Amino acid sequence: MARGKPDINSERCKGCGLCVRACPESILELAESFNKQGHHYAVCVSPESCTACMSCAIVCPDTAIEIWRYAKAS
Amino acid sequence: MRSEVAEAKRIFSRPETLVDIPTHYCPGCGHGIIHRLMAGVIDELGMREKTIVIASVGCSVLIYDYINADGLEAAHGRAPAVATGVKRVLPDRLVISYQGDGDLLAIGTAETVHAANRGENITILFVNNAIYGMTGGQMAPTSLAGQKTKTSPYGRNPAEAGMPIRACELLNTLEAPVFIERCSVHDVPHILKAKRATKKAIENQVKGRGYSFVEYLSMCPTNWGMSSQAAADWVANEMVSYYPLGNFRDR
Amino acid sequence: MAEPVLMRGNEAIAEAAIIAGCRYYFAYPITPQNEIAAYMARRMPEVGGTFLQAESEIASINMVLGAAAAGSRTMTSSSSPGISLKQEGLSYMAGTELPGVVVNMMRGGPGLGNIAGAQGDYFQATKGGGHGDYHMIVLAPASVQELADLTVDAFDLADKYRIVTMILGDGFLGQMSESLLLPEAPKRSYDKSSWILDGAAGRDRRIIASLRLKPEDGVEQINLRLQEKYRKIEAQEVRFECSQCQDAEVLLVAFGLAARVCKAAVNQLRAEGSKVGLFRPITLWPFPYRELEQRAGRAKKVLVVEMNSGQMLEDVRLALGDKVGIDFYGRMGAMLVETEEIIKRVKNYEK
Repeated sequence: MARGKPDINSERCKGCGLCVRACPESILELAESFNKQGHHYAVCVSPESCTACMSCAIVCPDTAIEIWRYAKAS
Repeated sequence: MRSEVAEAKRIFSRPETLVDIPTHYCPGCGHGIIHRLMAGVIDELGMREKTIVIASVGCSVLIYDYINADGLEAAHGRAPAVATGVKRVLPDRLVISYQGDGDLLAIGTAETVHAANRGENITILFVNNAIYGMTGGQMAPTSLAGQKTKTSPYGRNPAEAGMPIRACELLNTLEAPVFIERCSVHDVPHILKAKRATKKAIENQVKGRGYSFVEYLSMCPTNWGMSSQAAADWVANEMVSYYPLGNFRDR
Repeated sequence: MAEPVLMRGNEAIAEAAIIAGCRYYFAYPITPQNEIAAYMARRMPEVGGTFLQAESEIASINMVLGAAAAGSRTMTSSSSPGISLKQEGLSYMAGTELPGVVVNMMRGGPGLGNIAGAQGDYFQATKGGGHGDYHMIVLAPASVQELADLTVDAFDLADKYRIVTMILGDGFLGQMSESLLLPEAPKRSYDKSSWILDGAAGRDRRIIASLRLKPEDGVEQINLRLQEKYRKIEAQEVRFECSQCQDAEVLLVAFGLAARVCKAAVNQLRAEGSKVGLFRPITLWPFPYRELEQRAGRAKKVLVVEMNSGQMLEDVRLALGDKVGIDFYGRMGAMLVETEEIIKRVKNYEK
């Protein structure tokens, strides 16, 4: 059950892969396809496992990732 | 499929002071991280409208395009002197000098040392990526012994080029500075520590405490000739042992 | 009614700067202008201003740059070798249109030279010195009174045009003591609020930079604006003095200290019946080309007198072309030009 999600701006992403390296849940990968700049942008392949730890966003040099945390179910 | 939509709160977003445009920095370059740390602190302290950023010469020469505050260009190495001029006229504004290793420790050594020695109430953010990025990868005063660069193709030879210079230790010999810390941006825990150092260094100026200096060990994947992830590893494995992380002074 | 005071040239510059509203002075010691810094170190705190002895001439011109961007009236002073160090900063100030006053009390050169007064930096001041297509307004005082008056004017000109204005004096003028009437404080002030960097409160952020990598509003655009500004200054700010030029058959052309020597020669020659006059440019940039050409109309000979190898001489040749024969008398290495030699040459022309 996802605790949150990363909102990745795939056009802003430069495919550096630092987020992939940083994600403790290993749910980020660089996509097969590429954006207008020619970069293989990061995608979250298992969003249900996101813990909203913000690691990817913290490490992203392009501030291409925003993090949303879901409110706890009552 | 979920039957209920969970309410979501945005807990990480772009600081207001960080302009929402693509940067010219290479993939995996540390500048973008450090810009965001600086912008975030400016926002937290509510100082955006009172900030003047002094841009130095290096890859970050266009920093004023990315920071939503007044920006002033300085010639290579001269940013601490330019910052001194601005701060003496406008002592209640936040004057931040953002410099790379050539700017701070080669051509600008005198300006670096003397602004620190005078204890100017400014903040210097020093990005150490052990190479000259903008000009295509020449040896820097902070390039490591044996490090291959465009102007040390056989590896930096200490017998000819000397050993790399440690900026924090150098400035730590001076009386006036109130805050000197070396941090790194190669992974999340270190970025969080870097954020705290950035905040302290900027808050010191806002509180009129004196000269603050933060050195960031940073990645330059392009000129180091490696992937972003390998570059982050290189900071951790090669740079940290020569440039010890931590606080040198915190008055 | 102000009383005349006796002041050393260097100190008159400093007091005039304070009268003009300069409150930020940054400099590095170099002979023969150290009295300016010493005077400022004492006087600036008295008027609530800032005196800072910088670590070099390079640092001080960059402090001036920063202080100018922040909206202040600011000044630095030095002498020839130190002015060489400042060239990068002067180019940057030109490219970013930041106002400031720079004082050069010239000494013998090139290199370390000597510490007496000379005029060897004319080219450096008027033709560049720093890189790129730019100019500074260059004022050449010839007395302690003018050192003071032109310093006040320099701040006004700098602010009026957003340009660096240089006071081009020399070591002798700086060291000599003469009586002068201290100039009045300027009546006009310039509103800088539309362009200075004081924090983006209630407005969009501003960037002051000379780097322009995009072709739209690129470096060519900066240069076109600068050139337009320079044409305006050339049209409006030329200054010169003509002593007894109207009927002069021999016209001396000299600036600064050399002009004083020429004046003495003119007085003596006139007393002996020679028809000789002196054309003294006061703005070396903009140079009074047209005005010199007009005043030299009747002359049969022009003698340019400088304490250098012949620098203003080239501008005189530009102004006059083939119209009249031009001779040159100069001394280099901070040696004074002599009245006797000038008189001898003029009498020779008259034969």
